[in-house]
Amino acid sequence: MKPDAANLPYRLPPKMFDARCRACWFAAGLLVLIGASFWSLDLQWMQFLSLDAARSMGRFIGEFFPPDLSAPFVKKVAIGAAETLAMSLLGTLLAAAAGLALALPASRLHDGARARARAPTRLLLNALRAIPELVWAALLLISAGLGPFAGTLALALHTTGVLGRLFAESIENAPPGPAFALRAQGVGPLRVFCYATLPQVLPQLMSYTLYRWENNIRAAAVLGVVGAGGLGALLSFHMGLFQMGKTATILAAMLLMVAFVDGLSYAARRWMTR
Amino acid sequence: MNSAATRPELRDPAWLGRVFWLLAALVLLWPLTVATEFRPWVLLEPANLRISGRFIGSFFPPVLNGEFLAMVLRETWRTVAIATAGITLALVIAVPMALLSVRVLSISALPGRMARGPFWCRQVVRWTLMVLRSVPELVWALVFVRVVGLGPTAGVLAIALTYGGMLGKVYAEILESGETQPTETLLRNGSGRLQAFFYGLLPQNAAELSSYTVYRWECAIRSSVVLGFVGAGGLGQQLDVSMKMFNGGEVATMLLVFIALVALADRVSAGLRRGLG
Amino acid sequence: MKLELTGVAARHPAARPGAAPALHPLTLRVAAGEHVAVIGPSGAGKTTLLQVLACTLPLLQGTLQLGGVSPWRLPKRELQALRGRLFLAPQVPPLPPRQRVVTSVLAGRLPAMGLWESLASLFKPREIPAAYEALRRFDLEDKLFERADRLSGGERQRVGLARALLAPARLWLIDEPLSALDPTRSAQAISTLVDEARARGVTLVATLHQVDTALAHFPRIVGLRDGALAFDLPAAEVSRERLQGLYAQHEEELHGPAPTAEPALNDNPAAPQPAVMHCR
Repeated sequence: MKPDAANLPYRLPPKMFDARCRACWFAAGLLVLIGASFWSLDLQWMQFLSLDAARSMGRFIGEFFPPDLSAPFVKKVAIGAAETLAMSLLGTLLAAAAGLALALPASRLHDGARARARAPTRLLLNALRAIPELVWAALLLISAGLGPFAGTLALALHTTGVLGRLFAESIENAPPGPAFALRAQGVGPLRVFCYATLPQVLPQLMSYTLYRWENNIRAAAVLGVVGAGGLGALLSFHMGLFQMGKTATILAAMLLMVAFVDGLSYAARRWMTR
Repeated sequence: MNSAATRPELRDPAWLGRVFWLLAALVLLWPLTVATEFRPWVLLEPANLRISGRFIGSFFPPVLNGEFLAMVLRETWRTVAIATAGITLALVIAVPMALLSVRVLSISALPGRMARGPFWCRQVVRWTLMVLRSVPELVWALVFVRVVGLGPTAGVLAIALTYGGMLGKVYAEILESGETQPTETLLRNGSGRLQAFFYGLLPQNAAELSSYTVYRWECAIRSSVVLGFVGAGGLGQQLDVSMKMFNGGEVATMLLVFIALVALADRVSAGLRRGLG
Repeated sequence: MKLELTGVAARHPAARPGAAPALHPLTLRVAAGEHVAVIGPSGAGKTTLLQVLACTLPLLQGTLQLGGVSPWRLPKRELQALRGRLFLAPQVPPLPPRQRVVTSVLAGRLPAMGLWESLASLFKPREIPAAYEALRRFDLEDKLFERADRLSGGERQRVGLARALLAPARLWLIDEPLSALDPTRSAQAISTLVDEARARGVTLVATLHQVDTALAHFPRIVGLRDGALAFDLPAAEVSRERLQGLYAQHEEELHGPAPTAEPALNDNPAAPQPAVMHCR
């Protein structure tokens, strides 16, 4: 073996695709992508930034006040908000259960496990995750009919993909010691998982689930636009009739609900890591 | 194992708590299923099964003729363009607001308590970011479609506002959670806030910031499909049209193209995160 | 359970394929109910030997027989049943941090419990009195319902040993049971292990760094050095000179405190190379 030299040999200048230049090429590619995006979309800047547009925007916003706070309408909005909250909660819970069930075949439980089902299950989870909730809702309306059932299922399907993948990564990164000791005693894989792996990853899994609930409350609020229940149906109905006062009330209810769920989720996560 | 007299040190202290939480969960679950009209057996009713079966059956074969595929690819590029333009504008909103809201760059907080004015200024910026990210982008899109009309502008603006709020809040969190000593030292020695940011905060957190941005770009692609359903153009609008016409073959092709697009973006994102971090 | 190793060679569990074996051809016979202590300096292959006996490491060469059967020739179901009859206690106690001690200890009984019973036991532990008794033998009965991460290192190690008392095993393979224990607790723990093993007629193989403890409690001592068998003698015949020879170049392990974790495997570091100047 040739011994290392005490001084560096004389080198030619770095090549075109050297590491340092890779960053420049990447930055150039990024600028090209951004430029092409803006150029290919015919964005109506003038329409948005002109004085006319500003005035009509101002008028439009003015119509939001005063918001409609009459008792019967507030009651309707409250029922819609409760339905949205229920949709998001049930959808997230179903997704956590289904995600855990799918995360087991989608992860390599220990080095040396064959994990034959890993690739197909990951493909399934990626497909579930790729399709946004609204598209799922539009597809499920055909089988499940109008109403919050389709919305709940749509949230559950999309979130199963997200949580399944996150859960599988957590399971694969869990420390292997306890599971190894149980496997050495000949315990079956399900019981090894329940007694050794699950106690280690459970706080992380619950944290992911609570974090997804925050996202799902926003998604649930707008699924009604395609008819899948919740406040979205009320929103698009009243906006279509240009009843801006009522729209303002619905928007305020949405903001309150989102803030409520965010706060609850944050508090729950803090309580778990005490 | 029920022994008549269990010694006190053998009684499981967590048993009652577990039973309580289990019952509470069951009690909570019932109204949830009622409020969401959760009746899974409806899916298995013969009439529904027939309709679903026909719809799913119409997915095969997916429409693969050249003209349709060309249109799908064009619309896919539009979707990616809307997402990219939206994220770029979101950065324009998020970066200044994140810088305005972090405590690390506060000069008045250096000797101890922050002064009243800067504190409330920061709170206002934080609340603005919270409002921006609380409104779902579909709602912004519905509002903007009324103002600027149908088309990609409404989608770009909706993504810009929502993701601006999201990125701003997370950037602020990332900047606050790193090591703040170098930046504080720079500020104490008289450097300007922007200088302290570029020389202190940015180098330390660049990997995490860019990794999160790339992840949100991937999410923005999915959002722009959703916005297409309310008229912002792109793949979502075409999906809406094909679904309303019950053309399962076209829907299948577009879904497959979209899944492939997300997989590609995911791969690019993972590669970028590996290279950056 | 009687053990027979004939010309067995195996690689260290963390070694890359193609690396040199950690155990050179080794022949060992242990009768049922015998107690054997394995001693030797770090890197001698003690953990590798235990893992070979526990059938968690494949053999590079040689044959292994546990209780008269060759485990690697068995079909999967019978191999799992055989595994249920042995117990391996790794050096780092295999306790999930947020799990309660009672559940961790009762996990030792899993090979003897049915599926539904095991899952129900997660919600409400069965056989709490048995867990209490096992912990009492190690002076830990007041920690029965504590979380594992609230215990000290020594307490966690004793919980790992208490699992052995609940396992339906005929062979106990214990890796460094005393590394985190102070002398009083060490004496108590090792005498509990040995007494229980004798009472149940269980074959006990333990690796120990504390040579004096090994000589005091175990009738048979096996010395390993660099993966090969250095000696296999009754405790009375192990002399000072043999021990010096075994621990040559590692005297600090013979006289000082035991290292608490396994040293990392590294290949032979490259010998220093002479410097060479490039000419322009």
